[in-house]
Amino acid sequence: MARGLDRQRHILDFTLAALLRRKGKTGALVAVYTLVVFLLASALFFGHALRREAELVLKDAPEITVQRSLTGRYAPIPKEYAGAIGEIRGVSSARPRLWGYYYDANSRANYTLVVPAENQPDPGTIVIGSGIATLRDANPGDQIGFTGYDGAAQSYRVARVLPEGAGLVSADLILISERDYRALSGIPDGEATDLVLTVHNAKEFATVAEKIRQRFPDTRPIVRDEILRTYDALFNWRGGVVAVLSGMAGLAFVIFAWDKATGLSAEERKEIGVLKAVGWETSDILAMKFWEGIAVSFTAFLLGVTLGYLHVFWGGSFLFAPVLKGWSTLYPNFRLIPAVDFGELGAILFLVVVPYSVSTIVPSWRAATIDPDAVLR
Amino acid sequence: MILHPALLALEISALLCATMVVYAACFGMGIVRYWNLASGSETQLVLERQTYLVSTVLSYFLAFQLVSLFLFIRTADSICHLFVGAMCAVGTLTVNAFGYPTLALKLVNFLLAGLWLILNHADSRGYDYPLIRVKYLLLALVAPFFALEAGLQTLFFLNLDPDIITSCCGALFSPASRNLATEVVNAPPLPMLGILYGSGVLLLLAGGAFLRRGIGGYLFGGANLVHLAVALAAVVSVVSPYLYELPSHHCPFCILDPEYYFFGYPLYLSLLIAAVTGMGVGLLQPFRKVASLAETLPALQRRLVRISLGAQAVFLILCTLPVLFSALSLR
Repeated sequence: MARGLDRQRHILDFTLAALLRRKGKTGALVAVYTLVVFLLASALFFGHALRREAELVLKDAPEITVQRSLTGRYAPIPKEYAGAIGEIRGVSSARPRLWGYYYDANSRANYTLVVPAENQPDPGTIVIGSGIATLRDANPGDQIGFTGYDGAAQSYRVARVLPEGAGLVSADLILISERDYRALSGIPDGEATDLVLTVHNAKEFATVAEKIRQRFPDTRPIVRDEILRTYDALFNWRGGVVAVLSGMAGLAFVIFAWDKATGLSAEERKEIGVLKAVGWETSDILAMKFWEGIAVSFTAFLLGVTLGYLHVFWGGSFLFAPVLKGWSTLYPNFRLIPAVDFGELGAILFLVVVPYSVSTIVPSWRAATIDPDAVLR
Repeated sequence: MILHPALLALEISALLCATMVVYAACFGMGIVRYWNLASGSETQLVLERQTYLVSTVLSYFLAFQLVSLFLFIRTADSICHLFVGAMCAVGTLTVNAFGYPTLALKLVNFLLAGLWLILNHADSRGYDYPLIRVKYLLLALVAPFFALEAGLQTLFFLNLDPDIITSCCGALFSPASRNLATEVVNAPPLPMLGILYGSGVLLLLAGGAFLRRGIGGYLFGGANLVHLAVALAAVVSVVSPYLYELPSHHCPFCILDPEYYFFGYPLYLSLLIAAVTGMGVGLLQPFRKVASLAETLPALQRRLVRISLGAQAVFLILCTLPVLFSALSLR
């Protein structure tokens, strides 16, 4: 056993020395290989982190949201619905919710208006997210003006700025009192944006949703798990699309690797010939080629994954963020929570290393079965 | 079909793997037919070179096969959110009829691949390629399994329909539904533990007899196959509930999750290594009389027995840890 290991160690030693002797060729291969791994790793890490973010955000989301839709279009929901829905067995509470978006033409950004359930700001004051504070250069005590639904100007005093830690969700948030919200949005007194239900037993979600639909045919109940599932599918799908697209790059890389492996220089052929002449067996040369593949793959994999990690979690994934994230101008500083999954690393390994191995196996075998006398003559 | 990166990775590798193994098996048939070591003809020289290619191809892909087994379970686990009612890999695998057959074939192929590599290794010990015909005939038997696995996996992925209601592991392994899985689950826990240890002790005795007197190679190989089945059943019926500290939770996949410290990886890996090396001893037994292997084969077999027993010991210790330190008692 120990002797076998020793033998492999010596072969590995020799291989590494040989690779370092051909710096240019090895370097080019590792660089291209790393680039492919980097692209894939960045896409997968980014998708995974977004999925995690969505999961965290939705963890505290209401179990069921009920919207009203008229001829397929979304409409405010009458507040009385809440009472009737709250009486459905299994629903522990039903609460009308007031929220919406406000487009600020000056800074060309969308804000999210929310009337909090508890601790509403006093009428005439608002609490704003850190993104808006930076954008509008607003500090506690300043006045901020908005244009109401009827064109009338409304002005509010900033009571407080939300701390930055909350990331994606709170950057564009405005907390406002119910009275001010209605004055700004024009939603009449008896109506709300939607209803949120608390349902404790997850097994009852589907039944409760079904009952709501039967009793109020103009409503659309949305179960939290469905949102999560949709996000999951969406981010996975985007990751998959990126993977397919980088398949082109991967194919180019495989051709490149195959070419490198096939195009043995006269020098290398001679080297293998000499090795065989001094007593190396075909299996030794194959072991050498195997270690060569391992060394190159391992280096490129580690480098690519590390660079991808840095790119996504430190560099704000500047290469893909515009495509994968969305286009709102108010998300300048969001940092994703670093999260790496073994499955993802496995996927990268299979997407890159397996095709690389396939493309180099036959050329290595051809190299290993060279007759020494044919080369040295 | 769900366009998930890991699914793409598994699919690409399964197709490449199947292609390469079938390609190697076709080469192998040529070797079985025309091999003649006494001849110095060009065909024979070419064939001798090709055996190197075939063994290299297979050792690469069999290694990938091992990783793909775990990646498959991991992926099934991570996409379970997409299916209503699924909470772990069990739910994903029951989305359509191809899930479990694919997993079972991956397991079988892993064992076959390991056995083939052992045979290949033994063959390389003899100077005159003593096992070359046997090994390529075996390869011809193995290749269809790989092709079948790739086919089933493709069907499984293509038919993953996110709107289907599947069962979660709680429903599948609950006493209400009666099938093989529930029979295993409802096996009384402590006797099951006794059977596991009993079969472990028998393996130890058989291995010891082989090491001391060189007898019972078939017995050891066969016992390992039986023990593999016993061990998998015991993991489901006893070890998992102790680990989850929930008498009703028997899932064999959740133990691979980070919540349980990836406990399942060393557990299954040690069991699989023990099973492959142990069965390898039985596989090599008939070739002890081959002249060119008479010296090396018994030593190789003894080494396999030692590896198998070592891995088995690790497995049994890992099984014992949750039983000893769990807050749950099934007594």
